[in-house]
Amino acid sequence: MFYESNKKVNHARFKPQTFALLNRSRKAGIGYSQCVLRPKTTEEVSRILSFCNEHRIAVCPQGGNTGLVGGSVPVFDEVVLSTSLMDQIISTNDTSGVLVCQAGCILEKLDTHLADHGLMMPLDLGAKRFLSSWRQCVKANGEVLDCLRYHLKHLFIGSEGTLGIVTKVAIQCPAKPKAQNVAFLGLESFQDVLKTMKKAKYDLGEILSSCELIDELSLDLVTSHLKLNSPISVYPFYMLIETQGSNNDHDEMKMNAFLESAMSDGLILDGTTTNEVSKMQSLWELRERITEGLTHDGYVFKYDISLPTKNFYSLVPAMKERLGDSAKRICGYGHLGDGNIHLNISVREFTQDILDKIEPFVYEFTSKLKGSISAEHGIGFRKPKYIHYSKSKESIALMKQLKAMMDPNGILNPYKVLPA
Amino acid sequence: MARVLVGVKRVIDYAVKIRVKPDKTGVLTDGVKHSMNPFDEIAVEEAVRMKEKKVASEIIAVSCGPPQAQEVLRTALAMGVDKGIHVEVAGPEYETLQPIHISKILAKIVQNEKVDLVILGKQAIDDDCNQTAQMTAAVLDWPQATYASKIEYGSKEITVVREVDGGLETIKCKLPAVVSADLRLNEPRYATLPNIMKAKKKPIQKLTPKDLGVDTSPRVQIVSVEDPPKREAGVILPDVDSLVGKLKEGGHI
Repeated sequence: MFYESNKKVNHARFKPQTFALLNRSRKAGIGYSQCVLRPKTTEEVSRILSFCNEHRIAVCPQGGNTGLVGGSVPVFDEVVLSTSLMDQIISTNDTSGVLVCQAGCILEKLDTHLADHGLMMPLDLGAKRFLSSWRQCVKANGEVLDCLRYHLKHLFIGSEGTLGIVTKVAIQCPAKPKAQNVAFLGLESFQDVLKTMKKAKYDLGEILSSCELIDELSLDLVTSHLKLNSPISVYPFYMLIETQGSNNDHDEMKMNAFLESAMSDGLILDGTTTNEVSKMQSLWELRERITEGLTHDGYVFKYDISLPTKNFYSLVPAMKERLGDSAKRICGYGHLGDGNIHLNISVREFTQDILDKIEPFVYEFTSKLKGSISAEHGIGFRKPKYIHYSKSKESIALMKQLKAMMDPNGILNPYKVLPA
Repeated sequence: MARVLVGVKRVIDYAVKIRVKPDKTGVLTDGVKHSMNPFDEIAVEEAVRMKEKKVASEIIAVSCGPPQAQEVLRTALAMGVDKGIHVEVAGPEYETLQPIHISKILAKIVQNEKVDLVILGKQAIDDDCNQTAQMTAAVLDWPQATYASKIEYGSKEITVVREVDGGLETIKCKLPAVVSADLRLNEPRYATLPNIMKAKKKPIQKLTPKDLGVDTSPRVQIVSVEDPPKREAGVILPDVDSLVGKLKEGGHI
């Protein structure tokens, strides 16, 4: 049946074999899809969904396949719809700063393209997410929607492909900062981290662009498994602070003043700061490659949790106490700026026993502190049954109603986000 | 203990994309991020380690270039160098400054400062000349040990392992000598905060080539600077026979 429908789509881009790579995501799950479709245009997405909706075929949309919760991995035999070929940049307006592109564009490529226009992707303080001003989406039944009114676009953001597939976006890009400075610091305690962050917000003000926390064991992952070099010796906590602005002299002065005073206050024990491009990249690598380091550490339970700032790190000691020797490594790192911590528990091998010790304790603990699960990585496949820890019964009911209205045949990313 | 001089050059950061000027007279440098030449960082690191081992008594870093060259000197000072000398050369004079001029400048400073050992990066990543260490040794009539991947220090001589095409060569050099640092000599340290702050108080002396009696008249003329040819896409061939056919077509076999 698919072969017929795909005569409408370019034959060369239709792959009926099982795609090992696309059926697997970062060791988080393995699916059994028999088919991958790679449309190039909104038109093609529309025709695919319209066909699938009519024939009740489940579809699993897939973007970069970097998801950690199995949201982009087919569960059973869903057809994988990959946006990897939808990577066209449609237009760039230097004056308004608006970039229009297809949804399959890779962030890094966009950034490089924008740099030529003196622009950059509008990243928020925490995750490398971006905000769009307009989106074009395709609904489950194939209808193409231009989401401008009623803030319809917000419906689709965060829905993880369960309400529709985004095919095009318009992004308001700010000017590329002329100046960037990065500091990597060593601290004694989480209390010092909090005080330093508060001070950074105050002293650095508008130029503060990132504030990351890395604990000792998280850094150890990249220094021991990936052989990266740390600029300083071992400390219980590290912070990576980045500033961006339009005047390097001004920014460097502010950064140096902040660091000097934080050191004399005894908040920072040691650190380094630089505005050299290659060095800043090396420092960011220490943070960005932690997930890679984890893949060498055994079986890892990953949790992406949002907690009130003062309790940002509380889960880690709590898990250490609860699991004791049964875990190999328990570590946490994340975006202090928006209270989003990545908790990682690595064990030599997976056992149901360990899983039972971890869940639902980790969710109960989070819920008690008024935090929420899946701050950044979404609910995906592994967390729907725990969604009730962060959302009330009423909210979940509304979400289900919305889903039923947008996707009555339930073909989009079934088994994900919402509990059965 | 030896008095050591290290040469540090301000170059476009290696992670930055290089753009050729539309008029093909050179590379765009205005507003582009610069940093210390990576091989020079290795040279500085070696000198600082010598000081830590109490084999060196004082380290002087020298940089020739526009006012911004002081940034590289500050980095060197933050890594542990004792004092910096900035030989100011700017504008068109700087565009045509070559190893031949630098070597004479360094030689004069070496004589003035009574230096025993000069450590330079083996080449700059912008011009890839790989000449300054050799020329400096020639001007001074000192022995040279280039492409050093290991240095052992004696009181009157050094034993250097050099990376050469055929493998590794070990030589002994009497001091004073000139050494050029290769990639595997060491891993440079990051400048840490206490040292970055201390560095602000360390002195940077300003000189001009004239002060040193060096003539910086151009010896080369840049005719044109162009991008390398664009990399073409590959072709996927269906079988071995087509591959062999294509290779023959291209004159590769």
